[in-house]
Amino acid sequence: MMNSIIVLGVILILAILYLIFRVGSLVNVAKGDTDSKVERGNGTHAVLFVVFMVVSLVGFFWYSYVNFDNYTLPIASEHGKLTDKLFWITMGVTVVAFTIISIVMFIFIYQYRYNENRRAAFYPDNHYLELTWTIIPGIVLAVLVFTGLRAWNDITSPPSKNAEVIELIGQQFAWTARYPGKDKELGNVNFKLIDATNEFGLDLTDAKSHDDFKSLELHIPVGKEVLLKIRAKDVLHSVYLPHFRVKMDAVPGMPTHFKFTATKTTQEMRDELGNQAFNYEMACTEICGQGHFSMRFPVVVDTEEDYERWKLSQDSWLKSNPDYMKNVPAGLRESAMIKAGIPVVLEVKQATAVGSH
Amino acid sequence: MATTATHHDIHHDTHADEHEHHEGNFWTNYIFSQDHKVIAKQFLITGIFWALLGGILSVIFRLQLGFPDASLEWLRPVLGGWITPDGKLNQEFYLALVTMHGTIMVFFVLTAGLSGTFSNFLIPLQIGARDMASGFLNMLSYWFFFTSSVIMFISLFISTGPAGGGWTIYPPLSALPQAISGSGLGMTMWLVAMALFIVSSLLGGINYITTIINMRTRGMSFTKMPLTIWAFFFTAIIGLLSFPVLFAAALLLIFDRSFGTSFYLSDIYIQGQALAHEGGSAILFQHLFWFLGHPEVYIVLLPALGISSEIIATNSRKPIFGYKAMIGSMLFIAILSFIVWAHHMFVTGMNPFLGSIFMLLTLIIAVPSAVKIFNYVTTLWRGNIRFTPGMLFSIGLVSFFLTGGITGIFLGNSAIDIQLHDTYFVVAHFHLVMGSASFFGMMAGVYHWFPKMFGRMMDHRLGAIHFWITFVGVYLVFFPLHYIGIAGFPRRYYSFTNFAFSSGFADLNMLVSVAAILTLAAQFIFLFNFFYSMFRGKLAPANPWNSNTLEWTTPRNPQHGNWPGEIPAVYRWPYDYSKPGAKEDFIPQNVPYSETPESNLPHENDQIKLESSGDSGSIVIGPKH
Repeated sequence: MMNSIIVLGVILILAILYLIFRVGSLVNVAKGDTDSKVERGNGTHAVLFVVFMVVSLVGFFWYSYVNFDNYTLPIASEHGKLTDKLFWITMGVTVVAFTIISIVMFIFIYQYRYNENRRAAFYPDNHYLELTWTIIPGIVLAVLVFTGLRAWNDITSPPSKNAEVIELIGQQFAWTARYPGKDKELGNVNFKLIDATNEFGLDLTDAKSHDDFKSLELHIPVGKEVLLKIRAKDVLHSVYLPHFRVKMDAVPGMPTHFKFTATKTTQEMRDELGNQAFNYEMACTEICGQGHFSMRFPVVVDTEEDYERWKLSQDSWLKSNPDYMKNVPAGLRESAMIKAGIPVVLEVKQATAVGSH
Repeated sequence: MATTATHHDIHHDTHADEHEHHEGNFWTNYIFSQDHKVIAKQFLITGIFWALLGGILSVIFRLQLGFPDASLEWLRPVLGGWITPDGKLNQEFYLALVTMHGTIMVFFVLTAGLSGTFSNFLIPLQIGARDMASGFLNMLSYWFFFTSSVIMFISLFISTGPAGGGWTIYPPLSALPQAISGSGLGMTMWLVAMALFIVSSLLGGINYITTIINMRTRGMSFTKMPLTIWAFFFTAIIGLLSFPVLFAAALLLIFDRSFGTSFYLSDIYIQGQALAHEGGSAILFQHLFWFLGHPEVYIVLLPALGISSEIIATNSRKPIFGYKAMIGSMLFIAILSFIVWAHHMFVTGMNPFLGSIFMLLTLIIAVPSAVKIFNYVTTLWRGNIRFTPGMLFSIGLVSFFLTGGITGIFLGNSAIDIQLHDTYFVVAHFHLVMGSASFFGMMAGVYHWFPKMFGRMMDHRLGAIHFWITFVGVYLVFFPLHYIGIAGFPRRYYSFTNFAFSSGFADLNMLVSVAAILTLAAQFIFLFNFFYSMFRGKLAPANPWNSNTLEWTTPRNPQHGNWPGEIPAVYRWPYDYSKPGAKEDFIPQNVPYSETPESNLPHENDQIKLESSGDSGSIVIGPKH
């Protein structure tokens, strides 16, 4: 019932609009278009353009000013300060250019609206003008390119040797992190070794893998360079750490990396923002399927001491999954147990278990 | 080739043409027609259909984004199972909507609908040719497009849904049906449809290029061609060089999907299973895709810029400022468009050195774009501006081109792009500079050339209302997205509430959605105006805008062959508006200098001698008499 009333209402409104249109057309025919070369209301558009220009420019500056803190994210990394600076320099240059060109254009549109007593100027070209507005943007862009290139080269330069290496793995629809453990080196992986438990595909014949540990939170130390090694298991994902201005795709079959240095611990950022509930976050920015929007990974920036303490408190993957000792070559088992931190009691049990196979 | 043209030139009495028109039946005249004007209208109407559908799809996902808590139960009669039991949009279907919206708008509306319509319609009419070089290939071009459209359209209705991996269809997502259901049959249909689309686009492009090079009328040298034709010419060349690369990319993807090859796939473990693919590179696809994908931006944009150049000059009653600079910047843009593709890939893991190179080249492309904007603005300066609907939309185009182009300077800078990549900032950027600007170019073209297409005028007031709602609406839709993007909101998210950093801006998102709905609604004003005027509009005079180009020298309803008698010869460039000394404020291209001694510039008086010798055939271009 309600629906049919709505449908009837819509039909009625459309019919009325159509009638207004018809009456308007007939009135126009009756009045005759006479000899004017433009339709009536030509000047109205000129005025409307100026109104549009003023309202939208005022709206743009007002909203940008009032809501500045809402749409800008706090920065928590070294290179983020640099890229944000470049962002705002570019913003300054472009907003000035944009505002001037917009104002000039809409003023021209108003000023040179049709007037039957005036004739347009025959002004087909002017090489000096054209040269000017080729060269000036050229110079401005050259400066922007140059500063951008320097920043880009810094950001993508090789990481320092003692950078903290952490691996991030994307999969539908979650992230996991792998830390290299005490030897500070990640062990080899192979996607063919992945199973429900060995989600990294750890190659246990590589001794470096024995002390690697898994984390469902990204912990990073403040003030120390971090090298994120990034890979994906199934489809493309993208590591996105908005507060750190970090973004890098995770590609199956092609490991990628990104290095950065965090400048503020989680607690410092909480204090700065006056929001004790604040947490850093990591998201996915490459379309990866239905859960793309939900790949949240918590991020914690610790002080150096807290970070070391946290690492020590984590069990190695091998320790949490002792069944996999059977995949460690016999010659490496003893060192593997020591590296993985598996107590000797367990060792005996494990050895018998392996023996009985 | 060119048989029609030769035929007409041999018998240039009017009867021959009229007889030819009356031959043929409904099918050969309106369906399988080889007349470029009919084919153009077929492209236009198909394009309008797709534009409407693409717009509706976007409004559906904007409902989800703007009103995440609202029940979409009322869409169940249309969307069926894609509405979840609790009245929400299915998450995979959301991605499918985004994907299909992008595909439809970029390829089916702004490539086929824009280039297909106006290249077909205007090239023969503006260069003075009877028809395209090959009417048959031209007809095939439309029917390949039509077949492609049918397949793409059907894919919307299959049970696993249409392709859902984004319009860029990056593998492995697009290669693995187990990763997303849209990568099953939907993706296969997408690939088949696109392959046919590319064939259509190539057939069209070859025809446009051949026609422009070979079939210009007497006196129509390259430097006398309207900017529209230059734009279509560059567009066709870009398309011819880049579409085959997309075809190759699609073909390799088909092989990976169906025949077990590993061009793009490697090291994949999905749903408890390690796949056999090894050694492929997912990045390879991105390189191939964007080798088309970036030129595609200009395939979409250049025709719109050409159309607006023509319309702005006509309605400012002024020559376009810097005709040669406009051609030069288009040429420069066309060349550069091939060597900037990897700016879409700064953070894909590509070698950072490549990133530096592509950043440099990308920012260079801003220079010719800036030149174009300045030239538009200078064309308006001291003009005598008539705000016809076509002019309104052209001004809108320049405004969008400026607003959207300027944000490209941020995104082209690889250091800044790290943060902005794949956020709403990118969405705002390309929807303004490419989407809306080109859409406005298309609209401007429809309003401007409707009188020549259908012999009637579109209603002026409805056109103006359509423009103002759409112009303000588009800004309200896309401008706020910049803020959301700077705040870091990623693209293609079904919902933003999972993250603290993106949980704000529910208000802006709602505003955007409301504006999108209103903008879509305003397009129905256009639809009404379009179809109503086609049958009941005011009869159009032969040259309603007092324009200089050749199409306005044809009769009100040009028949197949375009001119009843001889094709007019061309003596001057197309922008002699408001020439000092001239009686009228326009001098059409087919008026010889010998008839306008009062307005000739000194060097033009020298041309008069050549004009008379031209009649003896010394500068004849095209079929010999």
